[in-house]
Amino acid sequence: MVRSTVKNSARKTSASPTRRTFLQQVAAGGLAVGPGAALLASCATGGDDDDDETDSGDGGSQADVTEDNPLGIAEDQPVEIYIFDGGFGDEYATQVHQPIFSEKWPDVEINHNAAVDIGSELQARFVAGDPPDFVNNSGDGSMDTAQLASDGQLYDLTELFDAPSWDDPAVTVRDTLIPGTIESGTRDGVPYVLNYAFTVFGLWYNKTLMDENGWPVPTTWQEMMDVCADIKASGIAPWVYQGVTAPRYMNWPLLTMATKLAGPEILVPLDNLEEGAWGHEAIRESAAALRSLKENDYFLPGVEGMEFRDAQGLWARGDAVFCPSGSWIENEEADAIAEDPTFELAMMPEPLLSEDAVMPLETIRATAGEPYLIPADAANPRAAMEYMRAMLSVEGARGFTETVTSLTSVAAANEGVEFEAPGLSSAQQALTAAGDNVINWLYPSWYPTLENPGIDQATGALLRADITVDEWVEQCEAATAEIRNDDSISKQTREA
Amino acid sequence: MTALRHGKYPFILAFLLPPVGIYVLYMLSPYVQAIYISLTDWSGLTASQTFIGFDNYVEMWNDDQLRTALRNNLILLVVVPVLTVMLALFFASMLNVGGRGRGQAITGVRGSSIYKVVYFFPQVLPHAIVAIVFAYVFAPENAGGILNNILEAIGLGNLTQLWLGEPKYLIWIVVLVMTWAFVGFYVVLFSAAMQSIPKDIYEAALLDGANRMTTFRKVTLPLVWDTVQVGWVYMAIQAMDGFAIVHIMLGVNGGVQGAGDVLGVAIYRAAFAQSDFGYAAAIGVLMLVLTMTIVVLFFRVLRRERVELA
Repeated sequence: MVRSTVKNSARKTSASPTRRTFLQQVAAGGLAVGPGAALLASCATGGDDDDDETDSGDGGSQADVTEDNPLGIAEDQPVEIYIFDGGFGDEYATQVHQPIFSEKWPDVEINHNAAVDIGSELQARFVAGDPPDFVNNSGDGSMDTAQLASDGQLYDLTELFDAPSWDDPAVTVRDTLIPGTIESGTRDGVPYVLNYAFTVFGLWYNKTLMDENGWPVPTTWQEMMDVCADIKASGIAPWVYQGVTAPRYMNWPLLTMATKLAGPEILVPLDNLEEGAWGHEAIRESAAALRSLKENDYFLPGVEGMEFRDAQGLWARGDAVFCPSGSWIENEEADAIAEDPTFELAMMPEPLLSEDAVMPLETIRATAGEPYLIPADAANPRAAMEYMRAMLSVEGARGFTETVTSLTSVAAANEGVEFEAPGLSSAQQALTAAGDNVINWLYPSWYPTLENPGIDQATGALLRADITVDEWVEQCEAATAEIRNDDSISKQTREA
Repeated sequence: MTALRHGKYPFILAFLLPPVGIYVLYMLSPYVQAIYISLTDWSGLTASQTFIGFDNYVEMWNDDQLRTALRNNLILLVVVPVLTVMLALFFASMLNVGGRGRGQAITGVRGSSIYKVVYFFPQVLPHAIVAIVFAYVFAPENAGGILNNILEAIGLGNLTQLWLGEPKYLIWIVVLVMTWAFVGFYVVLFSAAMQSIPKDIYEAALLDGANRMTTFRKVTLPLVWDTVQVGWVYMAIQAMDGFAIVHIMLGVNGGVQGAGDVLGVAIYRAAFAQSDFGYAAAIGVLMLVLTMTIVVLFFRVLRRERVELA
């Protein structure tokens, strides 16, 4: 951005107009263009005049609320949709959700858009107060949802969740969702985000190798260490993680194992940024367990210097057995998995650190993800909510699951479905087996920079055994304190 | 010029207004806006922002990660131009004046026309591709790491490292990659300068019994010094950037422990990962000041060493 200034100052004024007259003329020219520049300068900064439009509540026109039209959408207004064209593609929207919506509302025109980089396409429109009606704010270029919410740019979805569900008017949308779904998209007590896909986290392992070699699926950490010793002796690496890219994936087994040991209460202070939260004995014990993987040389050689896709690819090709991930890994590594038809992956819940663990082995971390939101300045937010209601129908959710191989937040849609994908089907079984013992923590979505780079860097160093568990706790505490003491970040709390 | 006397100012104004106007609109006004934004808490997502004075600059002062980025930029600024100029001068002089005989007093070394093309290759690759390629050069051997595999193959297996997994190597890897990417262009630039040096000067030097080192020091270098100067300044500005290579090769956090961070990536992170355009703009202003200072300094210092030729 500075280059041409430099070139200009470097340019020598030669010949007739001397430097002084040249400068005078430039100054005169600058004056002449002055007003135009001032006009242009108002593009990015100083445009406050749009604010009166941001009365989130009833943007757009509203028709009468009837039994058939519980959100009171106007049939003569188009609705503009933006879908992130990434891992899930946008076919599920055009082939599944939009036909369901259009069948009920043939007169509402759907203006469908797919974008790879959501932020670069839409950020300026948010600033200008002219955003689309419905945004799948996901992917590398997604906008910071937390910041959008605290900037008052998001539409309150309470009405949607209180509306009768698409399939059964006697049940509200809220009650069709897996518990925790709405909370995962809530800030300051207001539900702003619909998290639609449902992700199950756990340890993904190479079932083929485990079966072939007769290695048992470990249920305790001691068994894990024994199996790792056997695996290593056979010349295969027991574990991988996501290398230089995302050592934070190891936070998931770390915190899940700690929670199984000491109960879900230990997660609350983490989310509430309380001092000393990371120093809990169970978290220390869990961190020490994962560090011992490095001490015993159980990680794939060189994994700490790898890109995450390389590490996962080596895992999928049989160079390692255990890999922490969410249920998207089967999709993500589909190419590597397809290379070997005998390869089968499965998910297991993290082993118990001790026999006296408070929660059962089957406890898993699972949470709704893949955010969909409605901008506060949307022209037609009611139709966008209606579109969400259609997505949350059992038909819409099953269609999504079939198209993109992912569970959804719609409880009824996940039940009794047979999945062809072995990984997803084992995740589904694990979810069923967990019953009520589903845990989650929210600090990564509340404070994205706390998780990455904050805790991410600390965990990376822990897994390289560059630092001790005590130092890891210190670094995590320091990262937490940084967020806690930053007044510009709006804070969230939860009770349980 | 006399014909212009009367209507001189209208004439000059008519020619100057459009370019100066465009310059003010698209170059100066964004600077002014950026400086204003740096004094606000703008998230980049709203139409309004709050004026917070110099808070962002105070925050910058206390930001350890920014210090790392600044240190790395200074390393790039000093090391990359020096390495690049030395290598490029060496290659260019070999290509143009390194050979002897074959009908002429001086010529390039054998095969120099081929080398010229080869050296220029990196220049036609976008930085994004260079960064991806080098991420694999420095990857662990089982992930296809080219360097480690070569070391292994030639029996230097004990020198293999997890290059991108070690904080202390990161910035030096960036130095290496940048130098690799820059050298080709400067070889061509210096070659052009060297070819415009009259051959008889070399002939005279050779008659006086000057060897290659002496002709390089006493003839070639002084006569291409102007070009080296320009290249130097240009490279210093490029080294202040480094965004694409670091972002792609090391990631948005500047690699392990953020040890390979540079200011450009810090700006990107503040703006797009942390939704803090105000802070990003403040770092941008810092970068602007630094770059301007460097350019002014360079011109001051180098100007004095200029060799006058008749």
